[in-house]
Amino acid sequence: MSTSSLGSGSGRSARAGRRAGVGVTRPGLVWAVPATVFFLLFALLPLVLVAVLSFTSWDGVGAPTFNGLDNWTKLLHDPVMTQSIWLTLVLTVAGVVVQTPVSILLGVWAAGHQRNRAVLSAVFFIPLLLSATAISVVWRAILDPNFGVPSQMQWLFGDGNLMGSQSGAIAVLTFVGMWQWTPMHALLYQGGARAVPQVLYQAAAIDGAGKVRQFLHITLPQLRNTMITSVILMLVGGLTTFDTVLILTQGGPGTDTTNSAYYMYQQAFKSFDFGSGSAIALVLVVVATLISLAVVRLSGYDKMRGTTEGL
Amino acid sequence: MRRRPNYLAGLGSLVWLVVVGFPLYVLLISTFRTRSSYSSEGPLSFPEHLTLKNYVDDFSNGFGQDFLNTVIVTVSVVAIVLLVVPPLAYAIVRAQGRTIGTVFRIFLLGLAIPAQAVIVPMFYVISKAGLYDHLIGIILPTAAFCLPVCTLVLTGAMRDISNELYEAMAMDGATPWRVFWQMVVPLSKGGLSSIVVFSALQAWNGFLFPLILTQSESTKVITLGLYNFQTEHGVDVPGLLSAVVLSMLPIFIVYLFARRALVQGLMGVGGK
Repeated sequence: MSTSSLGSGSGRSARAGRRAGVGVTRPGLVWAVPATVFFLLFALLPLVLVAVLSFTSWDGVGAPTFNGLDNWTKLLHDPVMTQSIWLTLVLTVAGVVVQTPVSILLGVWAAGHQRNRAVLSAVFFIPLLLSATAISVVWRAILDPNFGVPSQMQWLFGDGNLMGSQSGAIAVLTFVGMWQWTPMHALLYQGGARAVPQVLYQAAAIDGAGKVRQFLHITLPQLRNTMITSVILMLVGGLTTFDTVLILTQGGPGTDTTNSAYYMYQQAFKSFDFGSGSAIALVLVVVATLISLAVVRLSGYDKMRGTTEGL
Repeated sequence: MRRRPNYLAGLGSLVWLVVVGFPLYVLLISTFRTRSSYSSEGPLSFPEHLTLKNYVDDFSNGFGQDFLNTVIVTVSVVAIVLLVVPPLAYAIVRAQGRTIGTVFRIFLLGLAIPAQAVIVPMFYVISKAGLYDHLIGIILPTAAFCLPVCTLVLTGAMRDISNELYEAMAMDGATPWRVFWQMVVPLSKGGLSSIVVFSALQAWNGFLFPLILTQSESTKVITLGLYNFQTEHGVDVPGLLSAVVLSMLPIFIVYLFARRALVQGLMGVGGK
């Protein structure tokens, strides 16, 4: 830790500096105190509290009272809970499967030297600027079966009630998720693709490899690390999809699109059963933390590498 | 090497242009229609009569107040982030000992804490602190949830400052405070603008914390305004969509003028 924190600028001179005993002034820990205290109070304290609250019964107004494992046993036998976990997995996997190929292609394209690239990519990345709320509201209006686009394009949409069935509603959520997140992941891949050494392509071209083979045998393997980061971000995002569900489907039809995050919101803030809500939240925390540990391990952030390479 | 245009990728990019452009087209033209023309002519055709009435109505429906609240939240969140993250990143990059490594790991773990996961206890904490339904009650958690990413981005930027520069400053007998102000801050401008962009975007587009932590008209932010508008006047699509356009206008103007900085900021958010 202490050796690598000396900076990535130039390892040799850092070591030389230390050997020569140059006394470099260093900030004390006190510089980290304000941010850390703030973060502990507003992000980590709630994390501990959610565990405590999951063993209580609380209606949001009075004081929470302990009820042991009641919330947990209730959840175990709750068919909606089981279904919501299944749904969360389906939405998450669908998101990764749909977004990954599109964002790789788009990112690799944007890293190249195509004509009109600047103008086109300026348009491509507009979804990044919009709030999930705005995106959901717009798509809901556009996909409205009576007044939206389906009513004018019946050759494509049939009766147009896309969100009336479970498979339709899941498809809509996946599509809107793709619309919203692909640009962000394309940006990651664009950075990754730019960092691929040109020598590799030149060597491949001399060997007579075409564009497609270059893409498959050079670009894709070289993007492995970017892919890990991107997929993990998609997993965490997919697990916690909430705004789009709330606005596009309200978890419906019935409970057909009630994923865990939405179910947690419903239990806590609609049914005022904050204990059960906390238990669901805790499940989300544990899963997300496991994934975050994976981020730290797989991406090498914990080795404190410079993070600007590839930008 | 001769560069041939890649037709396949070009075609793909045109498909994506339609996928992104089509909803934006429907969004924009719908805002210039009357309600009746929206339901009679449908959302696709070009409207016979263009009107600005929807935009005017948005303001009489309280959009001005929502806008002001959102500006207050955004400015405050950015201010908090700028106040606490640079010293933290400086310490992470330069301080010695094991403790600072632990601190860095805590923030890295925070990267994957979803806001939904802590929203129940957040409601508890904010209520107990008497901050429920106050803008400050949204500002504090929003800022806290910006910290992990901002720390990661800024640490990356500061780590690129070479050790020789620190040594040179040390030769001059500079204190950590002077090193920070005269060297670290000016040299990490790129990282600083990234974290400003990221936290501003987060705060401007934030929805969950306002949804749970406020309830009055006087503390409503834009995203919540859109959500309420849809639940209350779901049939007035042109009115709703014009509010969407107004909500994205400030960010869009920034995007037009500072696309490069904004995209770099967002790229930094990805971590790599």
